[in-house]
Amino acid sequence: MAIEVRNIVKKFGSFAALDNVDLKVADGELLALLGPSGSGKTTLLRIIAGLDWPDSGEVAIDGENALSRGASERQVGFVFQHYALFRHMTVFENVAFGLRVQPRAIRKDEATIRARVKGLLDLVQLDWLANRYPSQLSGGQRQRIALARALAIEPRILLLDEPFGALDAKVRKELRQWLRSLHNEIHVTSIFVTHDQEEALEVANRVVVMDKGRIEQIGTPGEVYDNPATAFVHGFIGESIVLPVDVSGDGVRLDGRPLDIAAQGAAPGAARLFVRRHDMAIAPAGAGPFEGAIRHVRSFGPIQRAEVALSGNEGRTVIEIDAPRDRELQAGEIISLQPRRYRIFAAQD
Amino acid sequence: MSMQTGVVTSPKQLRSYAPETDVSVASPAPRVETAPSRPVAAQRNLRTEPGPVRFIIITLAVAFLSVFVVLPLVVVFASAFSKGVGAYLAALAEPEALSAIRLTLLVAAISVTLNLVFGVIAAWAISKFDFAGKTLLVTLIDLPFSVSPVISGLVFVLLFGAQGYFGPWLQSHNVQILFAVPGIALATVFVTFPFVARALIPLMQEQGTQEEEAAISLGASGLQTFFRVTLPNIKWGLLYGVLLCNARAMGEFGAVSVVSGHIRGETNTMPLLVEILYNEYQFVSSFAIASLLAMLALITLVVKTILERRLDEGEAVDGD
Repeated sequence: MAIEVRNIVKKFGSFAALDNVDLKVADGELLALLGPSGSGKTTLLRIIAGLDWPDSGEVAIDGENALSRGASERQVGFVFQHYALFRHMTVFENVAFGLRVQPRAIRKDEATIRARVKGLLDLVQLDWLANRYPSQLSGGQRQRIALARALAIEPRILLLDEPFGALDAKVRKELRQWLRSLHNEIHVTSIFVTHDQEEALEVANRVVVMDKGRIEQIGTPGEVYDNPATAFVHGFIGESIVLPVDVSGDGVRLDGRPLDIAAQGAAPGAARLFVRRHDMAIAPAGAGPFEGAIRHVRSFGPIQRAEVALSGNEGRTVIEIDAPRDRELQAGEIISLQPRRYRIFAAQD
Repeated sequence: MSMQTGVVTSPKQLRSYAPETDVSVASPAPRVETAPSRPVAAQRNLRTEPGPVRFIIITLAVAFLSVFVVLPLVVVFASAFSKGVGAYLAALAEPEALSAIRLTLLVAAISVTLNLVFGVIAAWAISKFDFAGKTLLVTLIDLPFSVSPVISGLVFVLLFGAQGYFGPWLQSHNVQILFAVPGIALATVFVTFPFVARALIPLMQEQGTQEEEAAISLGASGLQTFFRVTLPNIKWGLLYGVLLCNARAMGEFGAVSVVSGHIRGETNTMPLLVEILYNEYQFVSSFAIASLLAMLALITLVVKTILERRLDEGEAVDGD
């Protein structure tokens, strides 16, 4: 089912959690809401679920006004960060809950409910835990049960609030891939909230980057990584070298020295130059716009990470670059640097 | 424990605290190498208080408990049975005694039921919703604890007595509240109100609203959510509150004494009867009734301990 959110505003006191947010989610998509804490992503998710109400704006699920219905009537599967499993019920009863509380007129008979719960436990590969209590499960198992429970009501959409936030790194990675393949299997329109960019880029079809209650950029993982729309997105996704520069009619300057790079249409005045660490290539001596002394080199895996003190500004501007290991770098060496790709954003962006 | 008292009087004591951290931290620090060369006895002294100190503290605690708690309990039962089991049973079979027991059970049943409902509602409101005046409400719930029970009783006399606010109206409609069961029940409800709410508020606040939100998003109605999710989660806390509420309801003296009127065979509860019989030098009868209340207290203690263990387990279960 498609979801459409229009002009949503939500304030907590004077703090605007959501500031005029518009979002369209296509049927069958797996969308990530990515942003730092306080960016409004969880609030947006809760509004779609009906657990919070906007001050103004519209929410439509499958073309139908969702705000005219309460959370219990929206048929939305919600998975909580801390699982929120019913602690006094077995795993089986947790998953069966949504089926047992249906109005008598449409409630299934016991055999159908049992079969359905069994099927869901098979789907999340935990049928052998049916008679355990939530406290006897590991974090990853609990999260999968929470997902099975949400799927039991045949939700029109599935919403996941930081689904892997409380898990340790290894389990997290496994569950990511698992969620991805589960979505391929059942194709329910899903939105998940995360503050972990790697998670968003790895799992989602599309990523919505949020900051301070606004949407900064919507795009595929490739788009938001390679073509960040704003300085915030560039800084938040992937690791970047950020240098304060001045843009004027005759070019770009760093610490008063002209740099041989294009201003990319940035307005004259203070600006920031963003370069990915691995996009800062080592150039033949004197050939790049930057020059600096290597202070320190660490090598791991396929790269060597070098700390370089740029010439000018008395060597106080220090950047970190990732270089391939085909040429061993030495501390103390003077190198020239040429950015392969870079972006310049005016400082107020 | 010794750290909490915060009283370090001599340098010798000071020294005995300091190495404690070194010993307990299992790190391969050089200090460990020197540790085995120390005499074992000295090491033991570093970890705990010296023997004589321990002995004195334990003896004091046990002696105090014996004199102020165990001894009175023994005296109650000894006096009750001083003329034999026959006299004890006869005292309990007196019509006045039976009437007091019945009245006490009735009043306890009424006030526990009402406070169960009020307590759950108040705790629900306080822990799951935000509203203006919430802090004031939390403070007010404790009022019966901080007010002398006699004052609590007097409040009802001022409200419903012949010269009270509602007195004339009640009289003209022939409704008897004071010196009758309704007055005793009202005073008891007032005095025992905090128990259930107090037991539930921290529990419900700690559990938060996530499970309720999950239930609602799964399609449950408000009532279904309450009976299938909220109530099972608070059942041990609720029983705990009910137990304490019941113990206090049966044992309440001050507030009930003011509103009861002491009509023999009619408005005397067990605690009131104990006093009356004692004042009339009927020691066996008085202590026989008292022994029932003492037994109630002992049973309450046992059940309370069991419930507390259950509650602790419940907490251990949600922490992940």
